[in-house]
Amino acid sequence: MRRHRKTSCLVGGLALLPLHAAVAAEPGVNALSYAGPAWSPYVVGAGIGVLCWLTFYFSDSPIGASSFYAQVSGFIGKLFAKRHTESLVYFKDNPPCVDWEVVFVVATIAGGAIAALTGGEFANEWLPPMWVARFGDNIALRAVVAFGGGILMAVGARLAGGCTSGHGISGTLQLNVASWISVVCFFIGGIAVAMLLFKL
Amino acid sequence: MIDPGKAVQQSTEKPDPSVAAASELLFGAVFGVAFGFLLQKGGVGKFNVLIGQLLLQDFTVAKVMLTAIVVGMVGIFALHHFAKVNLHIKPTRVGANIIGGLLFGAGFALMGYCPGTAAVALGQGNWDALFGMAGLVVGSWIFAELSGWTKRTIEKWGDLGKVLLPDLLYLPRVPFVAIFVVLLTAGLFVLDRYFPR
Repeated sequence: MRRHRKTSCLVGGLALLPLHAAVAAEPGVNALSYAGPAWSPYVVGAGIGVLCWLTFYFSDSPIGASSFYAQVSGFIGKLFAKRHTESLVYFKDNPPCVDWEVVFVVATIAGGAIAALTGGEFANEWLPPMWVARFGDNIALRAVVAFGGGILMAVGARLAGGCTSGHGISGTLQLNVASWISVVCFFIGGIAVAMLLFKL
Repeated sequence: MIDPGKAVQQSTEKPDPSVAAASELLFGAVFGVAFGFLLQKGGVGKFNVLIGQLLLQDFTVAKVMLTAIVVGMVGIFALHHFAKVNLHIKPTRVGANIIGGLLFGAGFALMGYCPGTAAVALGQGNWDALFGMAGLVVGSWIFAELSGWTKRTIEKWGDLGKVLLPDLLYLPRVPFVAIFVVLLTAGLFVLDRYFPR
């Protein structure tokens, strides 16, 4: 009798498995069930802090990333509509130029590749597993959301005057009021939207 | 044979406005590789680590950032005190900082990477970062199109100029840095105590 019940449970469970998997993937997505950092965050943070000393001292430049994308958009703009690009206020104030930060961000890609390849962490994947667990494996959906997110983020970064690097690290460590306001707002906006996306 | 020193000097004599000096770019390359290497080792090029921070599940990002801020702050203010480095202060425009900050955060949650960590994600083979990076370029262009208007409106709301926290609170810089470093370090101990990752 008891054995029979167990069997029927198992059969029923197997039949429900695909549905169960879909439901289980819905709310409780747990970020901690995916791979974390290779090194201690304190070691990495201290390293970045020291790197800031070096960039200030040797390059007279704070670490930043977002204006790289503005430079690229300026170059592309100049390629297709030179006069219009040069007439825009942002590009009048910040003429497109292959500067320290452009090289810095391109080199960041290389640095990430070196660390991942030497540490056996090279992902080679189009979709992050946590995204797939929540939204499925449709690359087009990921592309649209990431592209839209990128647009919002760039407009926000240019308006605020920096990103998680320029404001979040370089600005905050200089006690810049603009940076502390911005970074608090980065996280308020980010937490609100991430909760909507992954918790609802 | 070309003397590399002279070659560099010649290029600075007649500067091309769209390309910076070679030595400057070389430093950028070296520091950029170090930055990308550290961020990758810190796990902050990973989608789940970044989204995990926004879901308040994984505090790696906060730990990396706060440690970098503490270590960076001590060194930069010490170097500045002995006139070895310049500070690079961006103007505080309360309206633009808040609106831009919130927009940035919303975009960050959607994309799952920020501008710097997207570069790291691309380097470590998370190809979806490319979609976001394309969005960042397009968004930068959209901002440039709007920049005349934002300069006349949003960027004028609460324009305080280049101001530091101690200046705003009428406190001397050095003791302020000392107290702030202690507070941030205490925050790090709390994070470490209550959040395993």
